[in-house]
Amino acid sequence: MRVNIPRLATTSAAAVSTCVATLSLAGAVLVAPTAARAQDSTGVRLNVSYALGSKPGVLVLPTDSVGPDSIRAIMQRDLDYDDRATVIALDNQAARALLPRHGKEFNFALYAKLGALLVVYPRATPSGLTISLYDVSRKKIIQTQTFSTPLEVNSPAWRLSIHGVSDQLGLWIFGSPGAASTRILYVLDGHIWLVDYDGANQRKLTSGMLDLSPAWHPSGSMFAYSGYSGRGTGSQIAIRNFETGETHWKNSSVRGLNITPTFSPDGRTIVYAHGVDANTDLVGANVNDDEASKRLTVGKSINTSPAFSPDGRQIAFMSGRAGHPEVYTMDADGSNAQLLTDFAFGESSYRASPDWSPDGRTIAYQSRIAGTFQIMAIDLRDRSTKQFTSEGENEDPSWAPDGRHLTFSSTRSGPRQLWVLDVTSGRLRQLTKQGGAKLPAWSPLLRRP
Amino acid sequence: MQNSSRIVLGALSLAVVAGCVKPPAPLQPRPAAVNADSMAKLRADSIARADSLRAELERQRQRAADSLAALRDAEQRAATLEADAMKIVMATVYFDYDQSTLTDAARALVDAKVPVLKSHPALRILITGHTDDRGSTEYNMALGLRRAAEVRNYLMANGIDGSRIETNSMGEERPAVEGTGEAVWSKNRRAMFAPLSGVQ
Repeated sequence: MRVNIPRLATTSAAAVSTCVATLSLAGAVLVAPTAARAQDSTGVRLNVSYALGSKPGVLVLPTDSVGPDSIRAIMQRDLDYDDRATVIALDNQAARALLPRHGKEFNFALYAKLGALLVVYPRATPSGLTISLYDVSRKKIIQTQTFSTPLEVNSPAWRLSIHGVSDQLGLWIFGSPGAASTRILYVLDGHIWLVDYDGANQRKLTSGMLDLSPAWHPSGSMFAYSGYSGRGTGSQIAIRNFETGETHWKNSSVRGLNITPTFSPDGRTIVYAHGVDANTDLVGANVNDDEASKRLTVGKSINTSPAFSPDGRQIAFMSGRAGHPEVYTMDADGSNAQLLTDFAFGESSYRASPDWSPDGRTIAYQSRIAGTFQIMAIDLRDRSTKQFTSEGENEDPSWAPDGRHLTFSSTRSGPRQLWVLDVTSGRLRQLTKQGGAKLPAWSPLLRRP
Repeated sequence: MQNSSRIVLGALSLAVVAGCVKPPAPLQPRPAAVNADSMAKLRADSIARADSLRAELERQRQRAADSLAALRDAEQRAATLEADAMKIVMATVYFDYDQSTLTDAARALVDAKVPVLKSHPALRILITGHTDDRGSTEYNMALGLRRAAEVRNYLMANGIDGSRIETNSMGEERPAVEGTGEAVWSKNRRAMFAPLSGVQ
């Protein structure tokens, strides 16, 4: 059984505020089947009880690691940004006094007094980083595992490995991983940039004339974007491999505008918008075959910004076919196109930039409300909508793999920056500080627990 | 026309140079027996000859200068006409918000491009569509292309070969003016023109 944390606040607190949930370690709730591991499928029950809607207290004990951003600091921040737990805040020195004597005598009574339901005990071992998770009320160990970490402390790979440990903790505690081992691609000054989900390791990846619309391959090993290869006058779709740094220009002989790429969930198909003359249509192509491309939209209008459903069967996109931009869905082969966002309540509506939630139930998009763009989500079963933002211009939502967080660009603090929203609690944090950041794309988990 | 003007100019220059090089006939020393009167006459004659040569030289110089000025003037006028023609072809066309259809003002600007494009058959141009920064960045790329295409289609409907016109879009990424407000946005919703080849 899984603790179901409601996706959208509308269905939350009221009905369940007095319920008591049972935490479970069942592994069946993993995002991807390939992530399932033997140890996760045993369905060990964790009889930690807490009021659903409240956030269980988690105490992270210090390690011996040094430096300004220790393993403990990273893990605590990950738990905090995850929005499912309450981190028991103690400075390093105070926390040091809570370490078990002789490595095994834990003061569970004191942990309970501090409000901790769970204690995380990380320590460096010759084979890497060993993490143990303790149940405070039952005074016993729940899980322990040793993770190998890169040698170069604070390198991007090292930080990613610590985030991966945090995601494993999320799986142990809540039954599903968080979204700590992720990165976000975005556009700044017409180039593609990359930043860790917590704002660390911000770096520029491309330096073309105008690079836009980065999109992750589901493997996390490459990304697509639109750019100018220098051949012809139009933009082309580029696929960049992270490891080799090589860029493959898709259909480089095709002229016109080639923009807004997205990969299918199985990673085999790339769908993008191809503009020639006045019309821009979505086309689907094999990732590895430049010749086999198929037009998916028909008519004489603009169609851009495709996003696949998680099962790969449908595509959400925006189209100007009704005279103003709206969000539509269609089957992945281009059939059954239908209007998703109805425009009954706004005569000059403008809806754009759809992104399908990882659970497949909602689509986030941007909608013009009283002259400014705001982030919305529409429930695919009853078409009910929810508005997530109201301050400044908010655009281009992208879901985290946990289905709980959204990143988008916002002008709420001045120049356009990336922000992260917990759609359950409404908690917001600023991700980037350099002005002009836009078109974020949140990666899949880059370290599968 | 330019080539033949250059030849005329060259011929004039030669004439001027020839006038310069030929010195006045030197005064030859004469036998001492020549009397004072004839000496005076000789001097007067040679002075008169020198004066007449100088005057002729001056007239030639003046003619050359006049021709040169006229030539420069003609060249200037031709260059100005050509520059004006290029200005007309390259003149930016503006659009209404979220629209790609040509306004009356835009149509008048594009109408003026037609005769110039017809009189410059070798000229090939690139039309780049732009938008203001409101709305979806991605949709605006396509909207910019639609604006460029609208101008291209209009030119084609008026007899210009479509193969001479390329279109592209920079969406909202290359604003003419930074900032917000209609005064800024209206300057950014535009189609811009650049020569690809065939400029005279």
